[in-house]
Amino acid sequence: MIGLDRMTAVAATEFRLAFRNRWVLLSTLAFTLFALALAFLGSGPSGALKADALTLTAASLSTLTVYLVPLMALLVSYDSIAGEIERGTLALVLATPLKRGELVLAKFCGHLAVLALAIAIGYGIAGAVIAGAHGADDAGLLAWARLLSTAVLLGAVFIALGMALSGLPRQTGTAAALAIGAWLVLVVLYDLALLGAVIVDQGGAFTKTVFPALVLANPGDAFRLYNLALIESNAPIAGLDGLAHTLPFPVSSALLVLVLWLAASLAVAWALTRRIRP
Amino acid sequence: MTDAAILSVENLTIRFGAVTAVDGVSLSVAPGERVALLGHNGAGKSTLFKTVLGFLKPAGGHLTIAGATPGSDVARRAVSYLPEQVVFPKALTGAEVLTHFARLKGVAPKAALPLLETVGIADAAKRAVGTYSKGMRQRLGLAQALIGTPRLLLLDEPTSGLDPVSRREFYAVLEASARAGTAVLLSSHSLSEIENRIDRIAILAKGRLRAEGSLADLSRRAGLPIRIRVEAAEGRVEALHARLGGERVNGRSVVVTCRADEKVGALARLAELGPDVADIDIALPDLDDVYRHYSGVTAQGAIQ
Repeated sequence: MIGLDRMTAVAATEFRLAFRNRWVLLSTLAFTLFALALAFLGSGPSGALKADALTLTAASLSTLTVYLVPLMALLVSYDSIAGEIERGTLALVLATPLKRGELVLAKFCGHLAVLALAIAIGYGIAGAVIAGAHGADDAGLLAWARLLSTAVLLGAVFIALGMALSGLPRQTGTAAALAIGAWLVLVVLYDLALLGAVIVDQGGAFTKTVFPALVLANPGDAFRLYNLALIESNAPIAGLDGLAHTLPFPVSSALLVLVLWLAASLAVAWALTRRIRP
Repeated sequence: MTDAAILSVENLTIRFGAVTAVDGVSLSVAPGERVALLGHNGAGKSTLFKTVLGFLKPAGGHLTIAGATPGSDVARRAVSYLPEQVVFPKALTGAEVLTHFARLKGVAPKAALPLLETVGIADAAKRAVGTYSKGMRQRLGLAQALIGTPRLLLLDEPTSGLDPVSRREFYAVLEASARAGTAVLLSSHSLSEIENRIDRIAILAKGRLRAEGSLADLSRRAGLPIRIRVEAAEGRVEALHARLGGERVNGRSVVVTCRADEKVGALARLAELGPDVADIDIALPDLDDVYRHYSGVTAQGAIQ
């Protein structure tokens, strides 16, 4: 299929560019350092707890991942469409037989490969160091693998979201502002607003019925709940994360939420790219 | 003739809301033909190009590329485009940019890379585009457009910002591809630049096609007047003006105009004026006057 070859070309160029401008190096470094910092400066795993170091760090790292991975994902994808309009290359690319749908999907794949590599190396190194220092059991390794793969899925959601936002404006500056705004709203303000509502509600109908659904509807929270719910431990969890063990839905619904976000964002990115006049 | 045309535009109209950017334009380009689209900024050149590429939908009229609808697979394979402003990723090398576009066009990269030689930047193939000069970037853009021997080359002001030597080489490459059968449609705002380098010219102004034909045709049809500037002897300008008519300039000179076939007669009459005349200066219409004539801008100082 010739279409596949075109898409491979686009994805490969995105990947190559991310390497050349040191993006891969920087993000890998960030992931490694944050994971290691949490492992060794954080709770300070001791024999007193039943859980092993890997499981404990996976739990705390899932919270950090909610902030870090979406940020990195948006950073890699925010100018993917607007940037090409600004540089004049979009008109050039769309004059070739490459379809707009192919462009969106191929860029997405290229960005995802970059982010997945950074997460895999970063968390992989951190996991190996922790296991080397404190030992690891099957549950810990499983929790770590789960964290790593769902972090890639969470990253995919935000890459697609960044591309959708990138299809709105014609300037990269505006696209950057939109991406930062999306991060603030989805990752920071959303949880704050929900916590505020729960406090006001004081255990009423909202807290029991609407609240869990709203928490699960947020991709970051869905990711965190999925990871925490599957970690069998008495590791301390607080705040919204208390829901992890009292969630009125099956755990897999959290994964479904992430997949739905991914599909919807890609669809919006495609639809917006279709109406662009380069 | 239109059957053989690679690009055929009939009565094309394009609107942006209430603004009509292209208004009833008809134009065709045959294989091996080089056609220049001339016009000021905002005349509708880029809009026409974007419609040929399928980015804009016409409000009226008809447009086909190799017999196919703009934006269709057949049309996209037939057309190559070079926009006026294109910034290739700085971190990629020239060879990588060319390989990228070759793959997008379904052409083996090995077949495309010799094009760097064609446009004269083979030495810089392995260097990052970020280190290229403006002229080298434009050459890379042309190499990109030549990938896969397109049937129609669309070049939007390809030589703006190029030095005269690069410009000459640029047109030499175009001539070679036209000789190989590629139809070339390029836009420009200077008629003098494309003199002798183009087969046919179409002049656009405010979205309308004002004139079309070879350069020689256009200048003959324009029938532009010759301007004769007569400098009066000391204190005789009033008398000169009274006898010649025309227009007074600078307080000492009178400018009269005449058709090309009246030139000799006019000069003979001037010679009879004897000592009233200090000097005579004749200005033939140049290409830019021809262009101004058709694009609706009157040349300064023209009489009648």
